[in-house]
Amino acid sequence: MYETNFHKAATAQEAAALLNASEDGKILAGGQTLIPTMKQRLADPTDVIDLSGAADLRGINISGDQVTIGAMVTHAEVAGHAALAALCPSISQLAANIGDPSVRHRGTIGGSLANNDPAADYPAAVLALNARIRTSLREIAADDYFEGMFTTALEDHEIITAISFTAPTQGGYGKFPNPASRYAMAGVFVAKSADGTVRVAVTGASEDGVHRHGGLEAALSADWSASAVDGVEISSDGLLSDLHGNAEYRANLIKVMTKRALG
Amino acid sequence: MSEGIGARVLRKEDKRFITGKGRYTDDIIEPNQAYAAFVRSPHAHARIVSVDASAALAMEGVEIVLTGPELVADGIGNIICGWGVTSKDGSPMNMGAWSALATEKVRYVGDAVAIVVADSKAQAKLAAEVVVVTYEELPVVVGSVDALAPSAPKIHDNAPGNLIFDWEIGDLSPTDAALASAAHVTEMEITNNRLAPNPLEPRSAIATFNEAEDHYTLYTTSQNPHVARLVLSAFYNVAPEHKLRVIAPDVGGGFGAKIYIYPEEIACLWASMKSGRSVKWTSDRTEAFLTDAHGRDHVSTAKIGFDSDGKIVGLKVNTKANLGAYMSLFSSAVPTYLYATLLSGQYDIANIYCDVQAVYTNTVPVDAYRGAGRPEACYVIERIMETAAREMGMDPAELRAKNFVRSFPHQTPVIMAYDSGDFDANLKQAQEAADVAGFGARKAEAARRGKLRGMGYSNYIEACGIAPSAAVGSLGAGVGLWESAEVRVNPVGTIEILTGSHSHGQGHETTFAQIVAERFDLPTENIQIVHGDTDKVQFGMGTYGSRSGAVGMSAIVKAMDKVEAKVKKIAAHVLEAGEDDIVIEGGAVKVAGTDKQMLWHEVGLAAYTAHNIPEGMEPGLKESAFYDPTNFTFPAGCYICEVEVDPETGVTDVVQFVASDDFGTIINPMIVEGQVHGGIAQGIGQAMLENVVYDAAGQQLSASYMDYAMPRADDLPNYSVHHASTTCPGNPLGMKGCGEAGAIGSPPAVINAITDAIGNNNLSMPATPAAVWAALQDVSQKLAAE
Repeated sequence: MYETNFHKAATAQEAAALLNASEDGKILAGGQTLIPTMKQRLADPTDVIDLSGAADLRGINISGDQVTIGAMVTHAEVAGHAALAALCPSISQLAANIGDPSVRHRGTIGGSLANNDPAADYPAAVLALNARIRTSLREIAADDYFEGMFTTALEDHEIITAISFTAPTQGGYGKFPNPASRYAMAGVFVAKSADGTVRVAVTGASEDGVHRHGGLEAALSADWSASAVDGVEISSDGLLSDLHGNAEYRANLIKVMTKRALG
Repeated sequence: MSEGIGARVLRKEDKRFITGKGRYTDDIIEPNQAYAAFVRSPHAHARIVSVDASAALAMEGVEIVLTGPELVADGIGNIICGWGVTSKDGSPMNMGAWSALATEKVRYVGDAVAIVVADSKAQAKLAAEVVVVTYEELPVVVGSVDALAPSAPKIHDNAPGNLIFDWEIGDLSPTDAALASAAHVTEMEITNNRLAPNPLEPRSAIATFNEAEDHYTLYTTSQNPHVARLVLSAFYNVAPEHKLRVIAPDVGGGFGAKIYIYPEEIACLWASMKSGRSVKWTSDRTEAFLTDAHGRDHVSTAKIGFDSDGKIVGLKVNTKANLGAYMSLFSSAVPTYLYATLLSGQYDIANIYCDVQAVYTNTVPVDAYRGAGRPEACYVIERIMETAAREMGMDPAELRAKNFVRSFPHQTPVIMAYDSGDFDANLKQAQEAADVAGFGARKAEAARRGKLRGMGYSNYIEACGIAPSAAVGSLGAGVGLWESAEVRVNPVGTIEILTGSHSHGQGHETTFAQIVAERFDLPTENIQIVHGDTDKVQFGMGTYGSRSGAVGMSAIVKAMDKVEAKVKKIAAHVLEAGEDDIVIEGGAVKVAGTDKQMLWHEVGLAAYTAHNIPEGMEPGLKESAFYDPTNFTFPAGCYICEVEVDPETGVTDVVQFVASDDFGTIINPMIVEGQVHGGIAQGIGQAMLENVVYDAAGQQLSASYMDYAMPRADDLPNYSVHHASTTCPGNPLGMKGCGEAGAIGSPPAVINAITDAIGNNNLSMPATPAAVWAALQDVSQKLAAE
């Protein structure tokens, strides 16, 4: 790891100010990507601004069918939150299967979304749930937030503060883990809202990161069932081919994981 | 004796390991120690135009930066392969020069170009990054088949066509004739995937040159510190043996990768002399992937012929073995004498021929990895037997049993003389434990759940001990492969056993103590095992090839024979009885049938006070022995794997794994079961998960755990481990060895099970979900076409 200046912020606003003042600063949320990257000497930030002391970024709030999750809420907290599990079991189940126990107790939802790893789980949930990403500057709709692999709508000095969404009436997440990393090789989040709108988001499979799948959304809007998925053509165009599986395999996984997401 | 042979004694070493009190090389801190970092090649093949260390040398804390030309100028010798293999045409192998720090060319990504020594690890790493090396890139080749192509880039000047040797064993024309006359011939292309060893503890070294004493000390992660000292002295000219102490303290796993002497240990010793500092280097995980010797990497074609009754008439194999960019210490022996000599498997085969082309590529050197050649042989014969059975419509177990060797000793056409075994007993035991009779019902039940269930066999045999010395010498080995031991009985009766074997996870502190406890009827608590230090143990050949039991313990037995004889002489003298009437039991040395006795420690004291010992007898009670085995040992067994495949995703679940092993005498069943469990885990890892992948530019795509899939607990089944043993006639304890069998026997069982489940024999390791799914698509396309 290269030398860096470490700061601990007490609030999101203080963190944003520190970030703004730094030459090439990085926000440290759970550190599950940043720290290994720094240890491999692949990242060399001048400043690291730790959010672990920022109390305003913590907590899960539920009001009716409205859910707000603080950016610094860990995967384990999401997985273990009883009221959230009752209202939106799909996101609890997703969180419970991220990484391993150590990752789940350090990694945070805000960190995951800010990093936007193309194989991370949360982006699929946030996009399918039509969530809103609250930041130190504004609120961004999920459809406007994800801009491809490791790329988001966040400005340089913008910090995610919370994620909010309306719980779907039905939803689920089907994940096929990479045998080595256990990131998603294909993860499909399906959600149906009270007004009948269906959103399907796919992570892990695409060269462009998380994306919605129009064909699957149309089929499931008409018929919320596994058999509806059978008829959908999943193109392998633009899907990843790597040593763990080619694009055709990933196209197959998208279909199978969609069916499994339906339960 | 409750702690003797056959007892499940808890491991004496585990308290310190489990409580974090182990003392590994990186735990050792020398006064005034500095840290090394290596400048490594980012290119797989390039000419070094220049090295400019000026910026690095100007950095704070940097002591020295040293490069290849300086190393050569100081007379440090090239790294050698210690086993000479001769080609078919009688020519010696083409060993290219391997300098610990590259001089003119780099030949794989990670090849060391310079060593940087600094006050801290961070300073050393930072300085290594600013050493400017200018390269002229050269074309790259990474696969053995490609490397043999006429157009392939030349890696070493003295290895035309990148061919290291073209070796053969067996008789070609009778084998061809037998295959031509066969009623059925099965032919397969078989790839044995390349593996990274991944011991839990990465390699590490701390070297200290004491100028005042003109003496070096090296702590390092070695499976064989004496061999390390020998080659460091005799070949690398670091220091003469009497001025070099090598200590391998607690070592966290080796799997073969810590047999060899690598550039880093040599460079640290030399840099200590140059800098006057103790120099420490510890590999990180990425460096381990980039520089630890890999395993396997064979591409073979195999042809087996049967008569109309299903009896094997001949086997012909061609193998291309990728040895990487340089020849590592035992690299030449692995795809030859440790591989092709086992191609007869458990079968009586009159005609076998195998030729092996060993090839240079722009990849990490390849050498022995748990099993070393025998897994590759087992995979060839057990895959092709299962496939042949399917082609001939025979039960795969029946086809194997029809061809079993049943009379011993059995001379195969490929050097080995099997000394013992009961292959029918292992097959029967495994079949009963696996409930083979109930497989059809289980398959039908799985089908109702949408799963494809399959079963596969592997009837393995392997060769352990790697000996006798004269035999391996005649085959090209540069060293003898005996073992030494010293038994020291202290004046208070406690015992120290000095052994040339090295424990890096095997549990020698427990099992070696058990054989002493058995012999002298003492608690293991009174027995201490000393190993891993060239200043304490006179010489030893170290631990690999599952040799510590059959060879290392045999040396202890020989030394104990001498101690026992002296104890009896002393007791007979003191107790005024005949030596033949003396028995050792219950912590005492007794005159049989009387109440006359000396306590064990009284004999020890008598030997050291020497007040009353037989006239002419030397005082003391310490004996040593060298044991050279009479033959290899031949562990064998039957593994049956059962899998369920999810046809939608290709995910394979190993639902049952049964092992019936013949290891000869078992000292500690708990430790043996642990060895089998670990071996099978590695075998399942090879079969389903692990794979080193290079791109065309020679970059490792799988150089981290993000892409290199190690087996985890939830990838593995509960093993069903059994023993049906025959005694090995070749050593005093009747032992065969158990350290590698699991890794040798299991891969073909897994692949045979998966191919059975999916109905497609065309499946290579690792059988990842994507690979299994693709093989299933081939099946459905074929069905659709029909």
